[in-house]
Amino acid sequence: MAMSPRKRAQLSRGIQYVVLLVVVVAAVVLSDLGELQKQFFDTDIVTAMFPEVITTALRNTVLYTACGFVFGLALGMVLALMRLSPVGPYRWLATGFIEFFRGLPALVVFIALSVGVPIAFPGREVPGGNLGVATLALGLVGGAYMAETIRAGIQAVPTGQVEAARSLGMPQTRAMRSIVIPQAFRIILPPLTNELILLTKDSSLVYLTGYTLATVELASFGREVLNQEKNFTPLVVISLCYLIITVPLSVVVRRLEARADRAR
Amino acid sequence: MTEPQIKPGAPAIDVNDLHKYFGSHEVLKGIDFHVDNGEVVCVIGPSGSGKSTLLRCVNLLEVPTSGSIFVEGVEITDPDIDVDKIRSRIGMVFQSFNLFPHLSVMGNLTIAQQRVKNRSKSEAAQIARKNLEKVGIPEKEDAYPAHLSGGQQQRVAIARALSMDPDMMLFDEPTSALDPELVGDVLAVMKDLANEGMTMMVVTHEMGFAREVGDKLVFMDDGLILEEGVPSQVLADPQHDRTQAFLSKVL
Repeated sequence: MAMSPRKRAQLSRGIQYVVLLVVVVAAVVLSDLGELQKQFFDTDIVTAMFPEVITTALRNTVLYTACGFVFGLALGMVLALMRLSPVGPYRWLATGFIEFFRGLPALVVFIALSVGVPIAFPGREVPGGNLGVATLALGLVGGAYMAETIRAGIQAVPTGQVEAARSLGMPQTRAMRSIVIPQAFRIILPPLTNELILLTKDSSLVYLTGYTLATVELASFGREVLNQEKNFTPLVVISLCYLIITVPLSVVVRRLEARADRAR
Repeated sequence: MTEPQIKPGAPAIDVNDLHKYFGSHEVLKGIDFHVDNGEVVCVIGPSGSGKSTLLRCVNLLEVPTSGSIFVEGVEITDPDIDVDKIRSRIGMVFQSFNLFPHLSVMGNLTIAQQRVKNRSKSEAAQIARKNLEKVGIPEKEDAYPAHLSGGQQQRVAIARALSMDPDMMLFDEPTSALDPELVGDVLAVMKDLANEGMTMMVVTHEMGFAREVGDKLVFMDDGLILEEGVPSQVLADPQHDRTQAFLSKVL
């Protein structure tokens, strides 16, 4: 058949669009839209969830995640530097810690902190209530992951950078702080964003500690309403809330990356 | 830690019986080497001869296995010495420039001035501008290294080193990574520096520069200094077989 490669590409793309269109139309025509709306988009339930879903649940999810991420980042930084240390015991300690917390399900860490600690130390619990447990658990797990990311980032900075900094008279720690780490963080911005998004979702595990009206976060809030109403609408609402957190985050990071690229 | 005391009148660089091993491989096999104040010494030799390692030993980017190195009369191979103090007096220029890519040209020139010499931001910027002027690219202070040509990057690197007010400059094949048409700009800057009386140790393949600007030429091969002398004489009438062989290939 006499058809130029360009024509063939156009035809193939046209077929793809048609298939997509057919699937969408079939889904709309064949699905029971009335029932779907009743089960998943019940406007009365949506209205009833406001404003608490934002003022309490979303706020708590952001708070728990942010605290956990900041603690995890600091911990990851320390662990990464220990992993790169010439001192053997530091390296072994960091490696052991990383392997341990990276391999554990976050669920287990949350249970250990919320249930295990009071059993191990009668009459005591993790300070700070839900925020304390979330910060510690997300930080320990996230820190173990981020430590490896940060280490890889530091190692990706060419050795010539340290040599140039040291040649100018900078001590090792100054060269690290002013020259290596800023460059490492530009390299690892995308995987760190990934980690932050994962932590946002893992923050729901704090329900294991129990919650009150004031400390409830998105997932538990959704589940409460779901149990009351026997309707899936709350899940749709909280899903959208999670996207409200993560999508703008991705946009901001993409901007940051673009800016870093211009300077590269 | 001992505060290094400069001894006036001492040679800029004095290397005695220097040995350096990488693992079991002996790269420097007993080097005696000497640079006087205000002198320009060029080091030539085939790749793998140890000339870059020798240069890197002078500011302790490589730690010598044995032997001693004195810089302005201070023994830098003394394990108790404050290396950072010594290094801030020795400017270093690399083959691959090693500019800091996350900082603007101005940031590259001021960061060590502020962090190491504790100069104020405005004072550091003033000194940086003076040095950018000197290397011929005053208009690039806001540019980032990635937006500069190789020749411009290397001139920024020279300005960065000069901004620390070094007593001497080390150049590690400063033009080897440059496109041929950009080599001249960098050599011109180096020539100006030499004419101002800067003490310089230059590892190079630029025989023209060595002849024209160098006070002394040192030929190294296989971890040893085989021949040294006035550049024009060494280049025109090499005494050692291996110097002759090397020069016949590069000239």
